[in-house]
Amino acid sequence: MMKRAKALFLGLLSPSSLLLAGSVSAESATRQLNMPRGVTEVSQAAYDIHMIMIWICTVIGVLVFGFMFYVMYAHRKSRGVTAANFHENLVVEILWTIIPALILIVMAVPATTALLKVYDTGNPDIDIKVTGYQWKWQYEYIGEGVKFMSELRTSQDEIYGRAPKGEHYLREVTQPLVIPTNKKVRFLITGNDVIHSWWVPDFGVKRDAVPGLFTAAWAKTDQPGTYVGECTELCGLGHAFMPVVVEVKEEAEYEEWLAGKKEEAALYASTIGKQWTFDELMVKGEEVYGRSCAGCHQANGEGIAGVFPALKDSPIALGPAEGHIGILIEGVAGSSMQSFAEQLSEVEIAAVVHYERNAWGNDVGDIVQPIDVLNFKQSQ
Amino acid sequence: MAHGPSQNFFSRWLFSTNHKDIGTLYLWFSFAMFLLGGFFAMVIRAELFQPGMQLIKPEFFVQMTTMHGLVMVFGAIMPAFVGLANWMIPMMIGAPDMALPRMNNLSFWILPFAFTMLTATLFMEGGGPNFGWTFYAPLSTTYAPDTVNYFIFGVHMMGASSIMGSINIIATVMNMRAPGMTYMKMPLFVWTWVITAFLLVAVMPVLAGAVTMMLMDINFGTSFFDAAGGGDPVLFQHVFWFFGHPEVYIIILPAFGVVSQIIPTFSRKPLFGYSSMVYATASIAFLSFIVWAHHMFTVGMPIAGELYFMYATMLIAVPTGVKVFNWITTMYKGALTFETPMLFSIAFVILFTFGGFTGMMLSIAAADTQYHDTYFVVAHFHYVMVAGAVFSGTAAVYYWLPKWCGRMYDETMGKVQFWIAFIAFNITFMPQHFLGLAGMPRRYSDYGLQFADWNMVSSIGAFLYGGAQLLFLYNVIRTIGWGKPIDDPQVWEGAVGLEWTVPTPAPFHTFSTPPVVK
Ligand code: HEM
Ligand SMILES: [Cu+2]
Repeated sequence: MMKRAKALFLGLLSPSSLLLAGSVSAESATRQLNMPRGVTEVSQAAYDIHMIMIWICTVIGVLVFGFMFYVMYAHRKSRGVTAANFHENLVVEILWTIIPALILIVMAVPATTALLKVYDTGNPDIDIKVTGYQWKWQYEYIGEGVKFMSELRTSQDEIYGRAPKGEHYLREVTQPLVIPTNKKVRFLITGNDVIHSWWVPDFGVKRDAVPGLFTAAWAKTDQPGTYVGECTELCGLGHAFMPVVVEVKEEAEYEEWLAGKKEEAALYASTIGKQWTFDELMVKGEEVYGRSCAGCHQANGEGIAGVFPALKDSPIALGPAEGHIGILIEGVAGSSMQSFAEQLSEVEIAAVVHYERNAWGNDVGDIVQPIDVLNFKQSQ
Repeated sequence: MAHGPSQNFFSRWLFSTNHKDIGTLYLWFSFAMFLLGGFFAMVIRAELFQPGMQLIKPEFFVQMTTMHGLVMVFGAIMPAFVGLANWMIPMMIGAPDMALPRMNNLSFWILPFAFTMLTATLFMEGGGPNFGWTFYAPLSTTYAPDTVNYFIFGVHMMGASSIMGSINIIATVMNMRAPGMTYMKMPLFVWTWVITAFLLVAVMPVLAGAVTMMLMDINFGTSFFDAAGGGDPVLFQHVFWFFGHPEVYIIILPAFGVVSQIIPTFSRKPLFGYSSMVYATASIAFLSFIVWAHHMFTVGMPIAGELYFMYATMLIAVPTGVKVFNWITTMYKGALTFETPMLFSIAFVILFTFGGFTGMMLSIAAADTQYHDTYFVVAHFHYVMVAGAVFSGTAAVYYWLPKWCGRMYDETMGKVQFWIAFIAFNITFMPQHFLGLAGMPRRYSDYGLQFADWNMVSSIGAFLYGGAQLLFLYNVIRTIGWGKPIDDPQVWEGAVGLEWTVPTPAPFHTFSTPPVVK
């Protein structure tokens, strides 16, 4: 605690303390005061120009405020001075217009080179499509057939103080994005519903995820590790709960991971044919519900009056299964109930529909199988 | 001699066409909104005191951030300066009243209705506006609660009020100056307000256009901002910021005017570089029209656009610097005293300049990739808007209150308020720079444990700062009711200008026969 307090006060002192605090390590993360230098050319260029600006401003600030404090001390009436009466001086007025203009021109040079780096998105080795959803990210490895959702893993209990907060509170996801070292990875970023923004500070990448538009950013690093970022464009009530986690792995490890992912995809396709039992579906369904639905409809299925309808005792949940599946697949136009067709697998949709029909006192009692979902989709 | 105010309370305040009474109405209204917006801010800071959701739900949190921004910008700061304009511009240029007194009444009385309606949405089904004060589509269109229609109507009403207020100011200044009061003799407060009024007339219709397009998208099936229908969500941002950037100067230019009155008074020395002040204000106003997309550096503009907006934004530092240098040189070789208005004005110069520094940093597009939409930006604009506009508004009230009511405020209490406000302001917002740089995005209802320390510091500062405002309210009421009576027309030893030639307290009608300015 004392140590922390000390670090806090240090921070108030000067840009030099910012400099010291600039180095990142997990241990000092709580004391980080400055922009991280990061691990890519772009983030380092941003950091460098940031520091140049801090120093320029510090020098100007010391001169200007120094003079001001001198005046406030020396020319106070209580020291018996009488006021002068001058009110213009062409020379100094021209000087203090031209000198700042010159400083700006000098600053424009590194500012331009840094920006060129941000925009250098050509010739990537790997393309990854990043799609923002309310409130999670989807990553698709273009041309590899690998695609998955990355959602917050922190539990509602931790958020609402019913359980102690873990070390990685709000910085953990179900599946991080994985990229290899030493490859130029290009991110093609878009939004599915509202505008989000995909930010990884250590990569110097922040690009808005605008529905109907693709924006591009890139990263190439030789430093394996886990890098955490955030959504930075207000996207509704879950805005603070859709972190970005990127794992950078050595190339061989990455290839292994990718192969595993492809296998998983194949396996998943095969589970659609399996007949699931009532209880298996309830377990799976509860898990999917907690991740994808409870944010709005609440863990107890009661929704929020006037905003998110209750599922408990809802006519749809108690009605025919097709209607219920249909809502998940098609969404409800003009509301925040989006289509889950792309986000959840057939197994997951079946499980969650089954769960909603048989939880919180809903007791339809039927079994919804993945194959029903597949059939529904194909009949469209 | 013309007659005095109506003796009937309702007809005096409801039907008033007197610039002083309307000014008073504006000022009280804006203070009420300041307390309301401040209350929302306290809710936000209380929730952010610790990580985790303790007091409110995320959906209410976003309503609070949205309403805080809207109420402070449109309800507190803008009406405060219109109130000051109403009171002071006629007295400064030797006019008997505003040029269009009935419209003046209308432009004020629209506001309480607009804000009552806006605030009432918080209690309606679906809740209040929850899309940020910048209300980006499609969050504010396809995904908005139904109450967004009230919000749109409210924005239209505020816009109409602002446009009427501005036209009135322009008409007054152009037509009603006393003989000999040439443009280049006008007090700087008048100059900055005329330029602001032109900005308002130019951009409020753009805002009205933006919300009208929203209204059409939501209710009448158009797709201005809906990509699925061939529209473009980014179009919304261009239209919004074409209004929004001039808007930030609409907020700060009258504040520049206020400190340009106060600093010479307490330096007992004329304002340094009067004409360069006027030209700098005009160039800032011009530049404010051509830099809007610096708020959109991460939206994926082509690089040519990005470079242009970066260079243009950097340019603003030049005229802004000129102003700061002029204020400091005005103090140089003066005979300074540090009454409350002067303290607030000096703090304005220091903290506004600090906000200008972070503004320059933000203008560097590559670095803004990291700063954008983090607490660093929040810190930046609170340095320019709170320590800028709010501090100068406070300074203005202390400076002119004795003239308005013929009673002196309590200097010690004013100074105490100043020091609490100054220290608390910095405790609140300085750490937000660190939070932003370390990676905390804005408009977050909850955050990771690494941000816990500074958020707690910031919240403590915010509560203190809020407390200081109650002291302000008390001091003002005490002055009006029980302050020491004064009758010196000049009030302040170093004060110069027509407003200081009329009796103290300023009678209901001033300059019924125009003064002659030599
Ligand atoms: C030297 C002068 C200034 C420069 C160069 C400057 C630059 C900038 C830039 C580049 C941004 C965008 C940051 C981002 O969103 O990433 C910004 C944001 C902002 N600035 Fe300034 N600024 C200056 C002065 C001011 C003044 C005088 C005001 C108002 C009194 C102001 C109010 C704001 C506001 C309200 C925002 C944030 C808007 C939002 O996203 O909600 N700035 N400024
Ligand atoms: Cu701007």
